[in-house]
Amino acid sequence: MAKTSRIVSSDHRHLLGLAALTVAIFVAMSLARPGLFLTGANMQSMAFQFPEYAILALAMMTAMLTGGIDLSIIGTANLSSILAALAMTALFPTGGNAVAVLALALLVGLSVGCLCGVINGLFIAGIGLPPILATLGTGIVYTGIGVVVTGGSAVVGLPDSFAVLGNAAVWAVPVPLLVFAAVAVVMAFVLNRTIYGHSVYLFGTNPRASRFAGLKNGRLNMTTYMISGTLAALAGLILISRANSAKADYAESYLLITVLIAVLGGTNPYGGVGRVLGVVLAVLSLQFLSSGLNMLQVSNFAKEFVWGLTLLLAMSVTRIEWRRMIDFSGVGRGRSPNAATGDKP
Amino acid sequence: MARLFARNETLVATILLLFIIVTSIVDPSFLSVPTLFDLLRNGLIMAIFAIGVLLVLISGGIDVSFTALAAFAMYATTKTLVETGVEGSMALALAMSGGIGLCLGLVNGFFVGTMRLPTLIVTLGTLSAFRGALLTFVGSQLISNVPDGMRDFSRTMLLRGTNADGYFYSLPAAVLVLLLVVVLTWFILYRTMLGRNIFAIGGSLDSARRIGIPVTKVQYFIYAYVGTISGIAGIVHASLARVANPFDIVGLELSVIAAVVLGGARLQGGTGTITGTLLGVALIVVINNSLITLGIPSTWQNIVIGLLILLGTGVPAWQARRSGRTE
Repeated sequence: MAKTSRIVSSDHRHLLGLAALTVAIFVAMSLARPGLFLTGANMQSMAFQFPEYAILALAMMTAMLTGGIDLSIIGTANLSSILAALAMTALFPTGGNAVAVLALALLVGLSVGCLCGVINGLFIAGIGLPPILATLGTGIVYTGIGVVVTGGSAVVGLPDSFAVLGNAAVWAVPVPLLVFAAVAVVMAFVLNRTIYGHSVYLFGTNPRASRFAGLKNGRLNMTTYMISGTLAALAGLILISRANSAKADYAESYLLITVLIAVLGGTNPYGGVGRVLGVVLAVLSLQFLSSGLNMLQVSNFAKEFVWGLTLLLAMSVTRIEWRRMIDFSGVGRGRSPNAATGDKP
Repeated sequence: MARLFARNETLVATILLLFIIVTSIVDPSFLSVPTLFDLLRNGLIMAIFAIGVLLVLISGGIDVSFTALAAFAMYATTKTLVETGVEGSMALALAMSGGIGLCLGLVNGFFVGTMRLPTLIVTLGTLSAFRGALLTFVGSQLISNVPDGMRDFSRTMLLRGTNADGYFYSLPAAVLVLLLVVVLTWFILYRTMLGRNIFAIGGSLDSARRIGIPVTKVQYFIYAYVGTISGIAGIVHASLARVANPFDIVGLELSVIAAVVLGGARLQGGTGTITGTLLGVALIVVINNSLITLGIPSTWQNIVIGLLILLGTGVPAWQARRSGRTE
C-alpha cells in the first residue's frame, strides 16, 4: 500500500505544481497587461479558443493512459466534421431547425469518429500493430478520404444554426466551453468511477498483470480508441462551426500540441498515469501564456518557442517524481516505444 | 519462403516492383533514364533524412525534431553566408549547416541521454523550440539570392544528356551526398562497436546498461549524428531549390518516419536496415510520381500511402501474432 500512496501523492504534487504554474502565468500576465488581459472580453475570447484543443488533448490523454497514442485524432476530427458538413449541406441547404441541424451534425460526426476509433482498435487489438504505427497509418488514410470526398477544397455553406456550437454564448459563457465542461465531467466520471476507468489504469500500468487479472485487454484497447475517436470528432465539429467551413487539412499543427498538453498535464506516455484535471490545468496555462504573449506583442513564432521550452523544462523538473513512478510501474514491461525506461537512479 | 515474405524488405520491394511494372505498362516512357533521375532528385532529401531517422529508430527512440533542426541549420547558414558576403564554396555551407545541426542534436542528446526523458516528448519539445527560435531570432524572410557556392552546386551535374525520345536528363551532384551518408552510416552500424551498441540499446536499454555499454554517450552520439545529417540535408535542399525558405521542410517528419517504418524498422527498436529504409523511401516517391500516370487522381495519394503503411506493417505483425511469437 505504501507504493500506492506514493503514486497518489506524486500525482497530486504534479497537479499542485501545475496549478501553481497556471496561477503564476495568470497573475504575471494580469500584472503585465492589466487593462487588456484582465478583462471580461479577453476571458471570453480565451474561453472560445481553448475548448477545441482541450477536447483533442483529452482524446490524446485517453489513448496515452493505455501506454498507446492516437496520432489519427486530427484525421478523425477532419473526416467526421467533413462528413457531418456534407450531410448538413445536403439535408438543410437553406438552413433549418437548429435542433435538427445540431442533432444531425452530432449524429453523423460522432458516429464517424467512433467508427474511426473502431478501425484503430481493430488494427491495434486485432492485428497487433503498435498504436503509434496503426494510428499514423489510419490518420493518413482518414485525411486522404477527407481529401477525396471534398476534392481538396473546403465544404462551405453550413446552415446558420450550426454556428451556435462554436460561436454562441449562454449568459456570456461560450457554448464550446460548456461542451468542454460537460466532456471533462463525463471523462472524469468514466475514468475514476467506472470499471472501464479502473481497468484502463491497471492495463496502462502493467498490461501483463491486467491480463492475468482477467481483464480483456483487446476490448479495453477497442473502447479506448472509440472514446478518443468520438472526442476527436466532437472537437472537429466545434472547429468547423467556428471556421464556418470544413476542410481535410484543418488543424494539422494541433496534433503535436495535443501530445504536449497531455504530457504537460502529467500524463505518463508509458501509460497508467493521467488525469482530466491535469489536462485542464495544462491547457489553461498554455492559453494564458499564449494570449498574454499576444498582448505583449510577441509573435506567434515566439509562442511556439516558449511552448517547446515549457514542455522541456516542466518535464525536466518533474523528472525525479516521474522516474520514481516509472521505476516500479514499468518493470518488466519491455513494450514502451521510447528509450527512457531506465534502471534505478 | 514464408520467412522471406515476412520480411518487410521483400514485401516492400515486391509492391515497388509491381507499381513500376504496372506504371510502365500504362505509360512505356515511365521506364527511362529521365524518370529514374527525376525520382532520385525528388527522393534525395527524404532519403538523407530517412537514414538519420533509421538510426534513432534502431536505438529504440523516435525523433520528430529533425525537420525543425534542418530548417534552422539551413536558414541560419544561408543567412550568415549572405550577410557576411562570404560567397564561399558548397563545402563551407555543408560544414556550417552540419555543424549547427550537430549542436542542436546535442540539445536532444542532453534531454534524452542526461535527463533521460522519453524521446518522443523531448523531440516534440525541441521541434517547437527550434522552429520558434528560428522564426523569432534568426529570421522569417525568404532568402532567394543564395550564395554562389550553393547556386553552383545545384548546377553541378554528374551526368547529363538526352535520351532517344528527346527528353533531357541530368543527375545532380547532390546524389553524392546521399551516397556518402549511406556508406558512412552503413559503416558505423555494421562495422564498428558503436553500431553494435546502438542495436543493443534498441534491443533492451536495461540490458545494454547492465553489460556496460555507455548508453548515455551512445545516445549523445546518435542525436548529434542525426542532427549533422539533418543539417546537411537541409542545406542540400536549399541549394537544389536555390532558395532558403524558413517555413520549408517542417511538416515532413511523419512522412519520413512512415517511409522508414515501411522499410521494416521497428518502433520498438533494435531492428532496421538501410536497404529497407531506402526501399521505403523509393516506394513513397514512386507512388507520388506514378499515381497520375496510372489515372488515379492525385487526391488519392494519401489513401494509397496510408493503406500501404498499414499493409506493409500490418502483414508482418499479423504473421508474427499468428505464429505465436510475442512482440
